Amino acid sequence: MSRVGLRAVALAYLAVLLLVPVGVVFYKTFEHGLGAVFDSVTTPAAIHAFWLTIEVAVIAVPLNAAFGVITALALVRGRWRGKSLVNAIIDLPFAISPVVIGLALILVYGRNGWLGSWLSDHGIQIIFAVPGMVLATIFVSLPFVVREVAPVLREIGDEQEQAAATLGASSWQTFWRVTLPSIRWGIAYGVVLSTARAIGEFGAVSIVSGKVAGQTETLTLLVEKRYGNFDVAGAYAASALLALIALATLLAMTVINPRKEPA
Amino acid sequence: MIAVRDISKRFGAFEALHDVSLEVPAGSLTALLGPSGSGKSTLLRIIAGLEFPDSGSVLIAGDDATARPPQQRGIGFVFQHYAAFKHMTVHDNVAFGLRVRKRPRPEIDARVKELLGIVGLAGYADRHPSQLSGGQRQRMALARALAVEPEVLLLDEPFGALDAKVRAELRSWLRRLHDEVHVTTVLVTHDQEEAMEVADRIAVLNEGRVEQVGGPRELYERPANDFVMGFLGPVTRIGAELVRPHDLKIAPLPEPGSAEAQVTRVVHLGFEVRVELALADGGETSVQLTKSEADELELADGDIVHVRTLGGRTRISA
Repeated sequence: MSRVGLRAVALAYLAVLLLVPVGVVFYKTFEHGLGAVFDSVTTPAAIHAFWLTIEVAVIAVPLNAAFGVITALALVRGRWRGKSLVNAIIDLPFAISPVVIGLALILVYGRNGWLGSWLSDHGIQIIFAVPGMVLATIFVSLPFVVREVAPVLREIGDEQEQAAATLGASSWQTFWRVTLPSIRWGIAYGVVLSTARAIGEFGAVSIVSGKVAGQTETLTLLVEKRYGNFDVAGAYAASALLALIALATLLAMTVINPRKEPA
Repeated sequence: MIAVRDISKRFGAFEALHDVSLEVPAGSLTALLGPSGSGKSTLLRIIAGLEFPDSGSVLIAGDDATARPPQQRGIGFVFQHYAAFKHMTVHDNVAFGLRVRKRPRPEIDARVKELLGIVGLAGYADRHPSQLSGGQRQRMALARALAVEPEVLLLDEPFGALDAKVRAELRSWLRRLHDEVHVTTVLVTHDQEEAMEVADRIAVLNEGRVEQVGGPRELYERPANDFVMGFLGPVTRIGAELVRPHDLKIAPLPEPGSAEAQVTRVVHLGFEVRVELALADGGETSVQLTKSEADELELADGDIVHVRTLGGRTRISA
């Protein structure tokens, strides 16, 4: 097959599977003008869902970033038993369906779960509340930073870190001054992917949230509810809002994109 | 002064160093010379604290440093592949050791400027390492190591990644630098010419042991064994002896102690001419002559000649 033919196939595949559906969402959203869309995304429920989505992401993503960097360092630089097991476990969230993750969280933290009675004795509610949604989001977006940072660490090697040690830098100084700046684009990319995943998560969050309107309803849950209630236009509007956040995230990545130092 | 005492180090089943002891006099430039796998880099990394020995001790300037991390050994280390901090400018690379020591800014700037002058990178302070050539990067790495005024400077195959011309330049540059700053220096190399040109003392390592320590001339002229002799220069065999090819003499007629041989090949290498001979006893040898010596003899393939060892030269029994 010629190169032009290959390119056409690739573009057609992208168009049919990605561009057309996303495009239709925007088209349907703005079909009846901007006013209707604006009304639909500024209802109290929609505004609350928007901020809740952001809130969950703002808690989950930094935690995953910190965990991801520490884990990647331990996996790449460390020498310890059980490393390959941990390495496999990291990918569990990719392998397990989010619905199963949601159910698993209920089994642990729910009222009848393992920790349920202890938690309710102490007045802590996790399931059907924001903490549970944060837990679910952390779970599903956990591998991204590790998987972006680990190969970068492997590629830069440990000679710069050794050099820093011979120059008198403590491990802490070496981390902040040498390691972190070297992996910053890996972290940034991992954070963008984590954010996109956190904002778009539906299955796990849907199960642990209880979908209480105005309390535990994120944008994805709002889209589903409106669609279920035959408010198709409202569902499209909320979808478009979600898509806009995702696009803004991707755009942020392009803007902060590695200032390529001349090689 | 650096002293290592009875150092042994294993990596799994591989014995990198076996009971190695060595002294590096203060202010000297000592080369650790040996083939790859001889343990020379491991020994250097043990002195630096980047590896720890299974047994034995390391003394730096009289203090037992065996258990100390690299940060507390007062060393400067230069890596074969530079280990430049890629995200920092040349200035920041050199300033690194002073910054982590929280020295005042004006002092750091003055010291960095001085060092960049010494290593010939005065105009390059604002560049990134990726904008430098290999030789410039290694000079930056040297300035970075010297910035913290180390007790000892450790160089791990510092010119190994550079091309031949730059390597030769940096060698003589390093020698001059050492004559100026006088810091006790240990250089690891597998290149005997580099060791002989730069170092005042050479320790020859082989299979995790020190074979011989001495000045370059001493090692070349009085090698302790056939390994040292072979590693420091070309060797050829005549009769039951190993000799240097330039210590053999070719004559058209028999002389006392000479052996008959037939010329098999004459190789002209410019100033030097190598004559390959088949000895009457069935052995082969080669003789190194100057161009004028060879011209005088007018040798051609198939000629019958007489070869003998020049008196008073290096020879050891094979």
